[in-house]
Amino acid sequence: MLYRETGQFKTSYAADMAIFPIRQDRIALGALLIFAFVGVPALDAFQVWPFGGEYLIRAILIPFLILSLAAVGLNTLTGYCGQLSLGSGAFMAIGAYSAYKFGTGVRIPLEIFTIDIPPLPVFWCILLGGLMAAFVGILFGVPSLRIKGLYLAVATLAAQFFFDWLFIRVKWFTNYTSSGSVVAPDLTFFGLYVNKPIERYMLCLIFVTVFALMAKNLVRGNIGRQWMAIRDMDIAAELMGIRPLYAKLTAFAISSFMIGVAGALWAFIYLGAWEPLAFNIDRSFQILFMVIIGGLGSILGSFLGAAFILVLPILLDQVPHALGIAVSVETVSLLVFMVTGALICWLLIVEPHGFARLWSTGKEKLRFWPYPY
Amino acid sequence: MMKVTLAFAAAAIGVTAMAEPALAQANEQFLPSLVYRTGPYAPNGIPFANGVADYWTLLNERDGGINGVKISPEECETGYATDKGVECYERLKGKGPTGAGYFSPLSTGITFALTEKVPGDKIPLLTMGYGRSESRNGAVFPWNFIAVGSYWTAADVAIQHIAHELGGIDKLKGKKISLVYHDSPYGKEPIMALEERAKLNGFTFKGIPVTHPGVEQKSQWLAIRQDRPDYVLLWGWGVMNSTAIKEAAAVGYPREKMIGVWWSGAEPDVTPAGDQSKEYKALMLQHGAGKFKVHDDLQKFVLARGKSVAKDDYAQVLYNRGILNSMLGTEAIRTAMKKFGNKPMTGEQVRWGFENLDLSAARIKELGFEGMVGPIKLSCQDHQGADIARVQQWDGKEWKVISGNYKADLSILDPMVKDASAKYAADKKITPRDCSKES
Repeated sequence: MLYRETGQFKTSYAADMAIFPIRQDRIALGALLIFAFVGVPALDAFQVWPFGGEYLIRAILIPFLILSLAAVGLNTLTGYCGQLSLGSGAFMAIGAYSAYKFGTGVRIPLEIFTIDIPPLPVFWCILLGGLMAAFVGILFGVPSLRIKGLYLAVATLAAQFFFDWLFIRVKWFTNYTSSGSVVAPDLTFFGLYVNKPIERYMLCLIFVTVFALMAKNLVRGNIGRQWMAIRDMDIAAELMGIRPLYAKLTAFAISSFMIGVAGALWAFIYLGAWEPLAFNIDRSFQILFMVIIGGLGSILGSFLGAAFILVLPILLDQVPHALGIAVSVETVSLLVFMVTGALICWLLIVEPHGFARLWSTGKEKLRFWPYPY
Repeated sequence: MMKVTLAFAAAAIGVTAMAEPALAQANEQFLPSLVYRTGPYAPNGIPFANGVADYWTLLNERDGGINGVKISPEECETGYATDKGVECYERLKGKGPTGAGYFSPLSTGITFALTEKVPGDKIPLLTMGYGRSESRNGAVFPWNFIAVGSYWTAADVAIQHIAHELGGIDKLKGKKISLVYHDSPYGKEPIMALEERAKLNGFTFKGIPVTHPGVEQKSQWLAIRQDRPDYVLLWGWGVMNSTAIKEAAAVGYPREKMIGVWWSGAEPDVTPAGDQSKEYKALMLQHGAGKFKVHDDLQKFVLARGKSVAKDDYAQVLYNRGILNSMLGTEAIRTAMKKFGNKPMTGEQVRWGFENLDLSAARIKELGFEGMVGPIKLSCQDHQGADIARVQQWDGKEWKVISGNYKADLSILDPMVKDASAKYAADKKITPRDCSKES
């Protein structure tokens, strides 16, 4: 009864091609956005539990948003275009280190002249970080024209190890700090100094909302259809006149751009100071698992997957303590490993297509409710 | 089945929601402990965490806390990962009536990340023998306390010991010294000090990185076999240390020519390699293994009462470092109480306590740490307070102290601290405090 599009007639082409064609979806999304943009700051301002203190925002919401953005990025590549990538950590690192370099000033002395870019404002640094990641993404996407599936995964794995090595070894990227750990510049956006957790949250939220809507919009349009055609059967797609070069490389570029921006946000907003280890192979796997658990080929799934992989262990970790059960921290952390692992296995057996499919099944059920047949 | 699971999950979340606010204790000093009892660094993380916990238990059991204010500790497992460490920090920083007293992350990576966060939250960081070497300069790093020693101190003392073994500082000329290091900020910190020394004393320095977590070091040690350095310094942590010793034995590099930093000189580093570790040397962060006067009290009030979390690591090197870490922290709180009264201290007050911490020889004897650590005096300008270290050697069963105290050469290190902290201040646009105006 509640969720039924019966009676919502589409009377124009524009209505037929809307991003969210069902009215209930629009209302739900609107409500969610209002809550995220207005509700959360309001609750934080009044210190309503669990918003008292900064923990929820700083340790859960901010990393959740940033990793969701990375998952959306990977999902456009792996979920929509069918190109498996294990290089997300590397693309995040490229975003982070490029943003850092642009934020502290780039100076490359060449024979004839010197490239000298003064420190740029943080906002542009983050976007430029994404752009650099997009360039590298295109470069490492080239092998995808020849190889597919697991072989491509191995090629992107090469990117992961290469950039791990590069940022550890080439001291220019870390401005020759003795320890190899770099510190993000102050977060000043158009004259506003962003430091309070809620401000940082809003900043991440704006980035994530814009990019998620952009991704949602892209995948239903011309380019998204090309990606999906390539994913479903590349030879057939090519015969229909889709150029694999263009389709695959745009997917790599856009995906890497979003992952790069996520990397810059992760470094600048969440960590503050970081080392290459923050973007190692584990990060790549973490984001890939988010996409798989959340659902390949679904923007919503990226968010659900990020919540599951990132937030669930943190919550599980606190359950025994909150219940007042005295167990040592190592038992808890091992239990969290086991429970999370078991949940992943269970979920993949019950619903191999991830949360997104669970959601669409739920929607289907809601349509028939209360008269299922 | 599904419904039961869901109901259980819902119940669990519900209970979490209710239980959370009820945990706050009224008149207790909350002290967080970032630990790693799992993962590749756990062999070294566990004894330290046990020492930290046992000393707090001792204060609670023997004295009823610090000046009557009970300590309420809480651990959080970081697994030595920076992002998990940040999450733990956020989780624990606001607990208790006055928030966390101080943090000791026992990880250089987490220290770097928290260094950016503590000024905003006003919580001091006690990083005893690790972390940013330039954070000694309290004018630029008001919230970091790298008490007792930094990696630069360690590097300098190691070179001094090598010179001593060779028979004079001039004998270093033309020698080859390699550093096998954990490829992270931790392992890279000493390089600057070693390069400085290499320039000064005329030896050839070479850094050989080992990738985290350090179980794969075959190629590095083959390179050492080819290169034949006169000495190898080891800057490892966790499983990397014992692996290095085993690989050194495999390529026949003499263990007596290896000198580990004080994080590579504990029992879990040498025992897994068995007899191969014999004659391996390591620096001491002043103290070593063994029992001192404070251990009598630990035995009486903590172990005998069954309240100790330690197992066979009791009185080992890292356990002792744990109790030393807790002693410095709680003494800083005690110092702060002198000014602010006997009640739970806020991070800001504890910071004042650290900055005015003055542990004389008499006070250290009173605390039962005589023989473990010398006098330490921190100030606004100097957040390290001590520059001495000794060298110990593993004889197959236990660590033997083989040297007297070396004092790091401040004429080399002080300018480095000054330069590095000035660079940090410039990058972060910090105006250094004027220490002559601090009280």
